[in-house]
Amino acid sequence: MADTPKVLPSQVLRAIQGKEGEHSFSEEELAALRAQIIEERAKRRAEAATNQPTVVVDNLNIVYRIHGAGTGRGSATGALSRIVSRRTSPTIREVHAVRGISFVARRGESIGLIGRNGSGKSTTLAAIAGLLPPEKGGGVYTDGQPSLLGINAALMPDLTGERNVIVGCLAMGMSKAEANARYQGIVDFSRIQETNPHAMNLPMKAYSSGMAARLRFAIAASRDQDVLMIDEALATGDAKFQAQSEQRIRELRASAGTVFVVSHSMAAIRDTCDRAIWIEAGKILMDGDVDEVADAYEAWSKQG
Amino acid sequence: MSEPGGIVLEELPPPALDPEYADLGGVALAAKYGLKQSGKRPPLFEYAAQLWQRRHFITGYATAKNRSLYSNARLGQLWQLLTPVLNVAVYYFVFGILFTQSRGVPKFLLFLVIGVFLFNFLQTSMINGSRSISDQLVLIRALHFPRACLPMSATIIQLQQLGFSMIIVVGVALGLQETPTLRWLLVIPALILFSVFCNGMAMIVARMGSVLTDTAQLLPFISRTWMYLCGVMYSIASVTDRAGIPHWVKLALYYDPPALFITVVRNCMISMPSRASYATAADYQAAVNSLHQPAFAWAFLVFWALLAGVGGFVYFWKAEEQYGRG
Repeated sequence: MADTPKVLPSQVLRAIQGKEGEHSFSEEELAALRAQIIEERAKRRAEAATNQPTVVVDNLNIVYRIHGAGTGRGSATGALSRIVSRRTSPTIREVHAVRGISFVARRGESIGLIGRNGSGKSTTLAAIAGLLPPEKGGGVYTDGQPSLLGINAALMPDLTGERNVIVGCLAMGMSKAEANARYQGIVDFSRIQETNPHAMNLPMKAYSSGMAARLRFAIAASRDQDVLMIDEALATGDAKFQAQSEQRIRELRASAGTVFVVSHSMAAIRDTCDRAIWIEAGKILMDGDVDEVADAYEAWSKQG
Repeated sequence: MSEPGGIVLEELPPPALDPEYADLGGVALAAKYGLKQSGKRPPLFEYAAQLWQRRHFITGYATAKNRSLYSNARLGQLWQLLTPVLNVAVYYFVFGILFTQSRGVPKFLLFLVIGVFLFNFLQTSMINGSRSISDQLVLIRALHFPRACLPMSATIIQLQQLGFSMIIVVGVALGLQETPTLRWLLVIPALILFSVFCNGMAMIVARMGSVLTDTAQLLPFISRTWMYLCGVMYSIASVTDRAGIPHWVKLALYYDPPALFITVVRNCMISMPSRASYATAADYQAAVNSLHQPAFAWAFLVFWALLAGVGGFVYFWKAEEQYGRG
């Protein structure tokens, strides 16, 4: 039917549960919408199940080694002797953040990673992005090099928004002409000129965190990426931008890419993802249809 | 739609596995669809090719960074010229007037300007290079590109500064009645080799600085000591011609890379005054010695440039997958 549903899946669900305050739908309409959403999702998932894999996570183990816990790091002579002798600090604490995670993501899938703080969601994404080397006996295999979008501050805080867009595009491997051609589209998408027409000429350190996150999302989403990973980046924008970026995620998914979303907002996960993976203490607890996993996670969270 | 009753984590069934993964296993599945290990360091030549693809990023980033450098100052871009001029003014005041190091050195101001600017290029490339990875961790974690782009842009920023500085050098040379000759053109290959050398040094300290954040604190002291050993504001001859200096110390001082680059550029631009302008033969000899260029100087320039350039690149590339760790 219509490509862009006017009602988001999470709104329908909330309305059925009687949590959405006011709405103009009858119960039959809601049930029909819900059935349609579930049917479309099942169809998308069935199609994606036979697609080519884009990310294979095979028995992934990530161990953080925290150097120098407890020893003085500040003395210049100590640093010099460490440089000369190539010795590492004697005290190393190990944190086993991800313990043997395996899953396969295919083209056209959008996967939500859910779990408590410190459960290993962001670490898993960083490993898929190739930022953290996995332990022996496992690995992450990807098609192309995925980009990771986090909520951290601006890309280059000293540079203007304009420069950040151009340099960011060049860093992703675009040519100069291509970067210039995409510039206006990125600025329009980020909507940061709506609140301040001179925003693009200001250094990004002057941006609010929401504005910076919007521009970063616009830069990273400007290219059709094979694998796009979004770490809480959607939570910072305002409602209007969230709806818009969800639309963009659906487009990316339709153009046969794979999207990963980490979020603590179950509504955002239900609206953007078809599949969800629940991670707890570095292990996968559930992997399946978004409603099924999100329901279980919500029920478990309420138990306290 | 939540299930009735509590959820006990231990009682959940094991998560569903992808059927193809269960059949083949991870490595075989990845091989079947041509997937590559994420974040794996590419072979050296492929890495160099990737770097070449991102050349617009390297220069674009350097230009943007350079512009933002003085964006807080009222005089703005004028500082690109003012900074080197003030630098030289300070050194001239201390070493030309207070300590009168100028004795015996022909055209001391030109001598000093060349030494200060060239060494400054090396020093700032190294200091900025050592911070290039740790300062841009957000960028490294957000976008994927060969990390060598960052220390390289640090060098290119300084190269742009050096361009401004060389304008001042030419101005000083003309002001001291040096007549331009074809010899001046030799400065260009010398500076190209020097840039390769500085870039290699920047890459070495960039890798060190990414693991050991103390490097950035330590480096100014090391580089300042190095500067005082390089004859930037005095002639090396005035030290080595003293009695009791072992031969190997002389060689080490003359062939020390930055000292050698500075000596060669000085010889390209400073012409020797005639014997008649000196009162005694000893004074004239001191002036000649102050510009002494050791044997095979150019061959050694090439050697140093290649050693640091290639060595630094390989050293940096070896840790490519580690830089996102921070």
